[in-house]
Amino acid sequence: MNQLANFTKGFIRENPVFVLLLGMCPTLGVTSTAVNGLGMGLATTFVLVCSNIVVALVKNQIPDKVRIPSFIVIIASFVTIVELSMQAFVPALFESLGLFIPLIVVNCIVLGRAEGFASKNNVFSSALDGLGMGLGFAMALTILGSVRELFGNGSFFGMKFLEGDAILIFILPPGAFIVLGYLIAFINKLRKTA
Amino acid sequence: MGKKESSFKNMLITLFVITMLAALALGGVYNVTKEPIALAKKAKAEAAIKAVIPEFDTIKVFKVALEDGTDSLIFNQGYKNGELVGTAIESFSNNGYDPTQVRIMVGFSSDGDILKTAVVQQKETPGLGSKMNDPKFKDQFNGKNPNTFVLKVKKDGGSVDAITAATISSRAFCDAVQKAHTTYLKDGGSK
Amino acid sequence: MEYIIILISAIFVSNIVLNQFLGICPFLGVSGKVSTSVGMSGAVLFVMTIATIVTWLIQTYILEPFGITFLQTIFFILVIAALVQMVELVLKKVSPPLYQALGIFLPLITTNCAVLGVAIQTVSKNFNLMEGVVFAIANAIGFGLAMIIFAGLREHINLMKAPAGMKGVPIALVTAGILAMAFMGFSGLV
Repeated sequence: MNQLANFTKGFIRENPVFVLLLGMCPTLGVTSTAVNGLGMGLATTFVLVCSNIVVALVKNQIPDKVRIPSFIVIIASFVTIVELSMQAFVPALFESLGLFIPLIVVNCIVLGRAEGFASKNNVFSSALDGLGMGLGFAMALTILGSVRELFGNGSFFGMKFLEGDAILIFILPPGAFIVLGYLIAFINKLRKTA
Repeated sequence: MGKKESSFKNMLITLFVITMLAALALGGVYNVTKEPIALAKKAKAEAAIKAVIPEFDTIKVFKVALEDGTDSLIFNQGYKNGELVGTAIESFSNNGYDPTQVRIMVGFSSDGDILKTAVVQQKETPGLGSKMNDPKFKDQFNGKNPNTFVLKVKKDGGSVDAITAATISSRAFCDAVQKAHTTYLKDGGSK
Repeated sequence: MEYIIILISAIFVSNIVLNQFLGICPFLGVSGKVSTSVGMSGAVLFVMTIATIVTWLIQTYILEPFGITFLQTIFFILVIAALVQMVELVLKKVSPPLYQALGIFLPLITTNCAVLGVAIQTVSKNFNLMEGVVFAIANAIGFGLAMIIFAGLREHINLMKAPAGMKGVPIALVTAGILAMAFMGFSGLV
């Protein structure tokens, strides 16, 4: 496919969260606010792009039998870089995202793209693939986070519209499941009529 | 995929090289971020202390063991022009709703009055227990002396107005402040 | 006594799937039938417990003494990946029918955030080794409990008519949300 299609497929057609149903754990876990969703999405995008590039660069040097462990080390390294950088430069966001930052390493999207795309394509395509998928992921998380924050807290990216609390269930665990379920149903509907 | 054959030697070398490179890169990043991380941690601790005691120019930090000896609390004594202006004690409670520890910074005057309180860490239910950080709840402790203001919720015979529908979180907050007070009486200004 | 609190807390109050959102991928992907859910839960129990033990040992005797705790993520995930490979090999030799039954699920445990999540939490909560083991077993039980209940629910739902857009994952997610609400009732137990 041409590079534009390669880049944009992650946004709607093959959105990792809404269509491919990958990376569910952070999607549900960090989206109680829009800014958390966006932060996690961008952190994951960084890891995706970097690991895709490195994997595409060294794919011919890695014997087939050890490719999964090798990819894992590569991905884990970039995750650690993100961990340390966030802890140093955006400590508040680092604390809100908590456990889910190291968990980027087991985000099925990252390993999935390394194994399914970067190991078979050139560096430029892999970088674009990583960027598109990552931004699509970030978009999904930000949307989910915004909906939950708006209905559950009456605020948007921290700007409050409502005094006090809104419908609290939205920012609690059940709310995550239910909102995501309806969002996916909505997207399914859009895709069928498109 | 990999154009290199999967001989044992190749696999071993590849894994070794990759891991070595990774370790080197990470060691480098670690060194670069070590200081900013330490600074961020320090700023966070200082912000909590500044929130509960009056302005100070120097600070003395030491640990005091709890009465039951299971743990110790960090005492931060603030001095301005050589005079003690207040002691900020970082206390905790394991009795919160969420298994994550509730950590409260309590500021005491030299008379043993509570100056102010600040929540350092809590993962209580949003909209319920998380309200412990609202002035509406925590300001009721300001200026009170625990000898007369009993640090228990009214339901348990104390003086504290609990957060509506969040008794457990309110109890945890009281527990933390109580720990701080008991330990302060034990060893407050003696250092 | 401490152990009972860890057990009840991990299984009901902070259920790993319904409260902490770890292990969602297998939770959604494998819970189509109760029988596969049971198999997956068993595999997770085994891997999670051993992984927690090994990672605890690494943290205590290698990472901390040498001041390289920033390498935690790499070490832990490599341990888990290696463990899963070993479990696969051992199972193939020792119990081929079980190996066949678990099939694709086994390698999937490597990317199960629940395993890595529990390993990291054991260390960050400063559990000793015994507490860590109890914590791991408890979380695996909680995972199994949530998944098996959910599978039972899904088997029923698949027999009913859902609106076209909601079929499959969406209705499953809403159901999971209601199940999560039910589990919220356990808060305050400990």
